[in-house]
Amino acid sequence: MSHEQTPQIHGATAGGQDLDRADAALPARFEDPGLPEHRLRQADIDPAADKRAERQVVAMFALSVIGTVGFLIAYFALPPGETVASMRLSNIALGLSLFLAMFGIGAAAVHWAKTLMSDHERQEARHPQRSDAATREAALATLREGAEDSGIGRRGVLKGAVVSAVALAPLTVAVPLIGEVGGDWNVSKFRHTLWERGKRLARDPSGEPIRAADVTIGSVFHVIPENLREADHWIEEKAKAVVLMVRMDPRDLKEPTERAGWSYDGIVAYSKICTHVGCPVALYEQQTHHLLCPCHQSTFDMSDGAKVVFGPASRPLPQLPITVDDEGYLIAQDDFDEPIGPSYWERLR
Amino acid sequence: MKAIAARRHHRFAPVVLLALALVLTGGLYAALAPSAEGAAAPTTDDVEAGRALFVANCATCHGVNAEGRDGNPTLIGVGAASVDFQVSTGRMPMQLEGPQAAAKPPQFDREEIDQLAAYVASLGPGPAVPSAEQVDPALGDPANGGAIFRTNCAMCHGAIGAGGALSEGKYAPALAQSTPTEIYTAMLTGPQSMPVFNDANITPEEKRDVIAYLEEQKNGSPGGTSLGSIGPVGEGIWIWVVGMGLLIASAVWIGAKSS
Repeated sequence: MSHEQTPQIHGATAGGQDLDRADAALPARFEDPGLPEHRLRQADIDPAADKRAERQVVAMFALSVIGTVGFLIAYFALPPGETVASMRLSNIALGLSLFLAMFGIGAAAVHWAKTLMSDHERQEARHPQRSDAATREAALATLREGAEDSGIGRRGVLKGAVVSAVALAPLTVAVPLIGEVGGDWNVSKFRHTLWERGKRLARDPSGEPIRAADVTIGSVFHVIPENLREADHWIEEKAKAVVLMVRMDPRDLKEPTERAGWSYDGIVAYSKICTHVGCPVALYEQQTHHLLCPCHQSTFDMSDGAKVVFGPASRPLPQLPITVDDEGYLIAQDDFDEPIGPSYWERLR
Repeated sequence: MKAIAARRHHRFAPVVLLALALVLTGGLYAALAPSAEGAAAPTTDDVEAGRALFVANCATCHGVNAEGRDGNPTLIGVGAASVDFQVSTGRMPMQLEGPQAAAKPPQFDREEIDQLAAYVASLGPGPAVPSAEQVDPALGDPANGGAIFRTNCAMCHGAIGAGGALSEGKYAPALAQSTPTEIYTAMLTGPQSMPVFNDANITPEEKRDVIAYLEEQKNGSPGGTSLGSIGPVGEGIWIWVVGMGLLIASAVWIGAKSS
C-alpha cells in the first residue's frame, strides 16, 4: 500500500507546484505580437542586385515570347500528319512551347512581385458586417409594406395556396430521383445471367458458336453467350456472363461427384469474374492449370473446381455446367448455380 | 494490225478471243498466285539431318525418339511450328532449369532449324510453319487485331504487348522484339505457360490481324514517352512523384520570401 501511495503524493505535490508556476507566468490576455520586423532585400540595398532581378524578370518574359513564337512555328511547320512519329513530334513541340509560353509569364510575374515590388506587409481591419441603423430600419419598413400590400395576413386561403404550391413543387425533382435509386435496389438480378439450358457458348468478341472438337487440349477460349448482342443491356449482361473455357487432359481433372457431368471430355467452363472484387480473371497458365487474377493475384486451380490456391479471393469461381448439342456445339446445361462475382450482403438470400 | 482488225467480225473471232483471255488469265494466275508451300518442301535429306541434330542436342531430355522422358514432354505431334518457335527464339535447347525457358540467342542457324522442324514434323501431324503471306502485317487489319488481342492476350501480355508477370517467377514476355512468324507460331502452339490458340479459336486471318496490331505498336506512342507501357503503376509513379513534386516545389518557391 505505502509503496503505491508514495508516488501519488509525490506526483500531486509536483503537479501542484507546476500549476502554481504556470498561473504566475500566464498573462491575463495575450498581446498581439504584430507583424515581424521588415527586412530589406538584396534588391532594396544593392542597385546591382536590383538591376539583376529586373534582368531575370525580363529573361522570363522573353522565355515566354520564345515559347509563343515556337508554338506558332510548331503549329504551322509540324502538323500532326498521319504517322505516329509525326503526331508525337507535333505533340511534344506544341506541349513544350505552350509550357514555356505560359510558365514564363507566371514565373516572371511571381519573381517580379517577390524581388522588385514593395514587400511591406500591411494589416487592414475588417469592416463590420452589420449595416447601420437607418439602413436596417428602411429595409424592415419596405418588407412590412410589401407584406401589408399582399394581404397575406388577411387572406387565409391565399396563404394556404402559396404554402401548398411551394411545398409540393420539389416533388417534381425528388420523386424521379428517389425512383431511379429504387430501380437499382433489385439485387436479385445479380443472381441470374444470360446462361440458360441449351444456350450455345460463343467466342468473344466475334460471337461464333464453338464446337467441342475445336477446343484442343491446352486451349483457352474466352466465351460469351450466343446472340449476346440481341439482349437488352447487352454490355451489362456480358459483364455478368463472361466465361473462361479451357480443355485439359481429362486425367488431370478432379471433379467432385455432385459436379460430375458438368464438364465435357476435359473441357471446363468457369465464370471469368473474380470472386474477390470482380476483376476479369483470365491469366491462364496451361502447364499448371492455374488461373491468375491480374488485380490482386488470386490464383484458382482450373483442374480442381477453380479452388483458390493463393490470394485474397475467398470462394472458388462459379462453374458453368456444359454439354454438347446434337450438332457438336458446346451448350450450357443451366445458369450458374450461385451468384457470380464478389460477395454482397444479400448474396445468399 | 490492219489484217487482224479486218477479221474482227469473223465467226471464229469470239472463240479466239476467249482462248486468248483464258491463256492470259491462267498465265497471270500462275505468275501471281501465292504458292501454297511457304518454304520448299523438306526433303528426306533434311529429315535425316534433322534427326542427327535432334539426337545430338535434344534427345537427352526429349528421348531418342522424341517420346519424352522424366516429365519432359514428347515432341510427337507438336509440329514444325513448335520447333520453329522454340529453337529460333533460343528457348530450346534449354540451358538452365528455371520457372520458364528464357529467350536467348538461337543456337542453330536457319537451315538447321528447318531440318529439326522437318524431322519433328515427320514424327506425327502437327501445326506447320506459316507462310510469309500468313504473317504479313500489311495484309492484316490492326483494329480487329486490337479487339482480339484485348480479349485473348492483353491480360498477360499487357494492352500493347509490353509483357507482364505471372505466378512463381513465370512471366509473359514483351512482344516488341518478336517477329511476325514467332507471334503466329506462339499462338498456334502455346509454348510453356501460354495456352494454345488454334485456328478454330483465332482464325489464321485473325492471327494476322493480331500481328498487324502488334506491328502498329512498334511505332511508339503518339503522346510522347511511353513510360514503359506497363500501365497505371508506372504512370502513377510519374505523376505522383514528378508531377506533384514540381507543383509542391513551385508552391514553396512562390511562398518563400526573397532574400
